[in-house]
Amino acid sequence: MTNIETIIQRHAGDPTRLLDMLRDVQAARGCVDRVSRAALAKALRMSEADVEGIVSFYHFFSRTPAGRYAVYLNTNVIAWMNGRAAVARAFEREAGVRFGRTAPDGLIGLFQTSCIGMNDQEPSAVINGVVFTRLTEAKVKDIVAGMRAGRPAAELVGELGDGANQHALVRAMVANNIRAAGPVVFGPHEPGRGLRKAVGLTPEAVIAEVKASNLLGRGGAGFPTGLKWDFCRREKGDRHYVVCNADEGEPGTFKDRVILTERPGLLFEGMAVAGYAVGAAEGILYLRAEYAYLKPYLESVLDGLRREGLLGKGAAGKAGFDFDIVIKLGAGAYICGEESALIESAEGKRGEPRDRPPFPVQVGYLNEPTIVNNVETLCCAARIMAEGAAWFKSMGTAKSAGTKLLSVSGDCERPGVYEVAFGLTVRQLLDMAGAPGAAAVQVGGPSGSCIGPDGFKRAICFGDLPTGGSIMIFGPERDLLEVVRGFMEFFVEESCGWCVPCRAGNVLLLRKLEKVLDGKGNARDLEELVAWGAVVKTTSRCGLGQTSANPILTTLANFRGLYEARLRSGADADAVLDFDLAAAMEASCRAAGRPIPSPEAHHG
Amino acid sequence: MSKPVIATASLAGCFGCHMSLLDIDDRILKLIELVEFHKSPIDDIKTFTKPCDIGLIEGGCCNHENVEVLRSFRKHCKTLVAVGECAVMGGLPALRNGIPIKDCLEEAYLRTPTTEGNTVIPNDEELPVILDKVYPCHEIVKVDAFLPGCPPSADLIWEALTALLEGRPLKLTYDLIKYD
Repeated sequence: MTNIETIIQRHAGDPTRLLDMLRDVQAARGCVDRVSRAALAKALRMSEADVEGIVSFYHFFSRTPAGRYAVYLNTNVIAWMNGRAAVARAFEREAGVRFGRTAPDGLIGLFQTSCIGMNDQEPSAVINGVVFTRLTEAKVKDIVAGMRAGRPAAELVGELGDGANQHALVRAMVANNIRAAGPVVFGPHEPGRGLRKAVGLTPEAVIAEVKASNLLGRGGAGFPTGLKWDFCRREKGDRHYVVCNADEGEPGTFKDRVILTERPGLLFEGMAVAGYAVGAAEGILYLRAEYAYLKPYLESVLDGLRREGLLGKGAAGKAGFDFDIVIKLGAGAYICGEESALIESAEGKRGEPRDRPPFPVQVGYLNEPTIVNNVETLCCAARIMAEGAAWFKSMGTAKSAGTKLLSVSGDCERPGVYEVAFGLTVRQLLDMAGAPGAAAVQVGGPSGSCIGPDGFKRAICFGDLPTGGSIMIFGPERDLLEVVRGFMEFFVEESCGWCVPCRAGNVLLLRKLEKVLDGKGNARDLEELVAWGAVVKTTSRCGLGQTSANPILTTLANFRGLYEARLRSGADADAVLDFDLAAAMEASCRAAGRPIPSPEAHHG
Repeated sequence: MSKPVIATASLAGCFGCHMSLLDIDDRILKLIELVEFHKSPIDDIKTFTKPCDIGLIEGGCCNHENVEVLRSFRKHCKTLVAVGECAVMGGLPALRNGIPIKDCLEEAYLRTPTTEGNTVIPNDEELPVILDKVYPCHEIVKVDAFLPGCPPSADLIWEALTALLEGRPLKLTYDLIKYD
């Protein structure tokens, strides 16, 4: 058993690396038990409650043993559509334990987790950090047999995927599924060209070029990148930081996974360009735990860049420009995709959003001026420096320059990543992906919009349908309201709990939705869904709660008939139908030895 | 024209909201001129004998009798108002909602320091049956209006009643809903 002291020393006793320590403890002991928490708290001068708060915050840390093999099976709606139920049953049967538990012999634990970025190859699971895709009952049987034989999880992967997934440091069964390679991210690029051009200019000129390109943030919010860099550069601070947000957690998104696999050099080059522009010496790649399998490979790419002189002291041959990049791993929390939550997490804390203002460009990582940019945004920035703002602006629409990577999954023939020019209509995308009969498309993940065929003429761009890139397609045979229920369960699970509208509001919205799905709703319930959704949207503290009502609100707007078909009407219209008096009386009648009431007819 | 009829009840509450209603001071004389009280602790009328215009409910539902009273209010009152925190959200009584009712009953009747000998959870059929948790009124019946506060101030109750009687929108000014 690894000594806690050794683990703490390995990370220099640095509290900002607490997540790394917890990850090592979890791996060594199968959980972060009370003794470990106490030791960490003492060494880092924190309270045990603080350490416990951090452990309980993240999916991939547990306080009780998670098993020598901890299986985290994705619960995303697309996984369910691709046969997750049978795979889950197979895991339970073969492992002899139910989901949410660890087998008594401590060998295998089965757990649910939110989208792991493999929507184009579901059902998928993470087992001891190793990704398993396109799971079937037969594969599950083999995997569990391998576990029983004591083989490491990495040895249990099936056929490897394409491209760098076969690299000796990756060896993942993940497929890239690049269906359309566009000119910006997947176009030909001479490594280092963008950075060398950038360091030949003044930082101000680099920012001016990025501004001129009209590059907007690719994570979904679409903030002008050049402006963000400018704000950060102008802030006074001891150090400035560049943070790359690789916490791709919006369900249905996986394009950053493919960039990290196939274009990591371009990404790191973009981070260096950003570092030069804002005056930073350190870049942090915040990598979601689900993509930890890429970390050794990414470290080797960084080493290569250092050897080539593109990172490190005097990077790209520019005297005085010292820039390097470290990789920090998350531990499974959707909210950490929100930039201020990400910064908190990178500092080794619970990933709870901060109040804004001040914005990260003012008070960011370690309270220093920090830019947080999406993976794709930084790749675009490197390409803009290499090819020029005019080249970039020649693609896309007037307001949305360049290309966008779309992660397409669901009911289509060709799920995968599409790099397309902004302005493509949903209909055109459906034709490319092989989904002519689509009944509904979820654009931008659960927090985006759900549109029906009426909306397929709309264009994917910031003026019309903005998106971080998640596109989930649903055929006519799918029950769309069950999809909405799945999305709301996701938000309930992933709300950090800091503010009431999000913590309680999403639960109330989910309950109300379930009431309607159970056939106990009436027209008033739909009104309340809209009204309460508006409250959650307008009063929540961060983007999670500000968008979590969208699955309900956009389907109510675009597919109202689906809801209305399930409503009560007539005499019962005003009745409250989800209260059952007899059921509410049962427990205390039993406790007091009184007769158990029989179910009542509906009142109201 | 006959006067509007008001009924009131205190369910799982503390009567504080009723006290707050009485706290409208001399305006109570004006209120008596404006309305007729029907089933209410104020005049001790126990049963509904006619339809009412406004029903004021204090408290949520912690037992089956509360549910029956609330349902009879819904049946007899044109407009039903949840008055105060307990009626609106369950309030203090709902603090027990996170604890299984069996544990609550055992703690109260079997394990307290002041009980000894052959203890029993009261089970006389005359007693209302405690519910598994405390429910706010709108989870049992349709509620038309909600007055926040613990208790809502006399001025807020007065404003709400006069607004209802005059058929005008309620003016919820800041001082009426400021609690600290």
